[in-house]
Amino acid sequence: MDGIINSMQGVPLNHYILFSTIIFSIGVIGVLIRRNAIIIMMSIELMLNSVNLLLAAFSAYSGDPAGQVFVFFIMALAAAEVAVGLAIIVMVYRNTRSLDINTLNRLKW
Amino acid sequence: MMVFYFVAFLSIFFALMTIFTKNPVHSVLYLVITFFTFTVHYVLLNAQFLAVVNFIVYLGAIMVLFLFVLMLLNLNEETEPMKSNLVKIMGTVAGLCFLATIIGSLNLLETSNPLILKNPDIGLVQNLGRVLFDEFLLPFEISSILLLTAMVGAVLLGKSDPKKI
Repeated sequence: MDGIINSMQGVPLNHYILFSTIIFSIGVIGVLIRRNAIIIMMSIELMLNSVNLLLAAFSAYSGDPAGQVFVFFIMALAAAEVAVGLAIIVMVYRNTRSLDINTLNRLKW
Repeated sequence: MMVFYFVAFLSIFFALMTIFTKNPVHSVLYLVITFFTFTVHYVLLNAQFLAVVNFIVYLGAIMVLFLFVLMLLNLNEETEPMKSNLVKIMGTVAGLCFLATIIGSLNLLETSNPLILKNPDIGLVQNLGRVLFDEFLLPFEISSILLLTAMVGAVLLGKSDPKKI
């Protein structure tokens, strides 16, 4: 355990912010460039995860356990979101026989 | 210290693979690896409770849901809808602009201190449980209602229309 803790000494907090930002923007790019509804949901999961990691890093940095509790709540929320979202996707597939979100353009404009 | 950079590199690599792979099933598998690297990050932060919960919830529950739905819908590379190259380039540029904005604002901060675990026991189950069931008892109970609502909603949406049968 001490080995793990010692190996973490010295990573600047900025690098955590940078890393989480990169993962978050990968999620944003994924939402923008894909048309498959499931892949879009997976990109949203990526974004949620990057925010989770940043919250955990801040919590470890400032020595406050509240951040890790928030991560726990975000995980519960993500599980609920995925369940409902995938149910909606299955429903869409049943009605349109495709997962292309461009078929769902009735609310566009 | 090197472990963090190595694992961060792996996370970024597999996250990129997730969104750029054509086959949706491969995409989900790359996402599993990405989540696994996030678990390693939590272990490195000594947040053991979060590491275990991340492992169980993301790699266990959410990934099984994704894979199950993908295989139920029988998707493969041929049926995969792809956007035109122009939209792809524009999306990538927009995402990189976002990244540049955040990094630019990050430069305004003075160099941060290295992350040193002041209180290494903070992420243990005992400590987190004490906070969770003391300060955060009400949100914890409300999240159970959220999960119940999600369950009801998922069943309601997933059930086929009884009039059609």
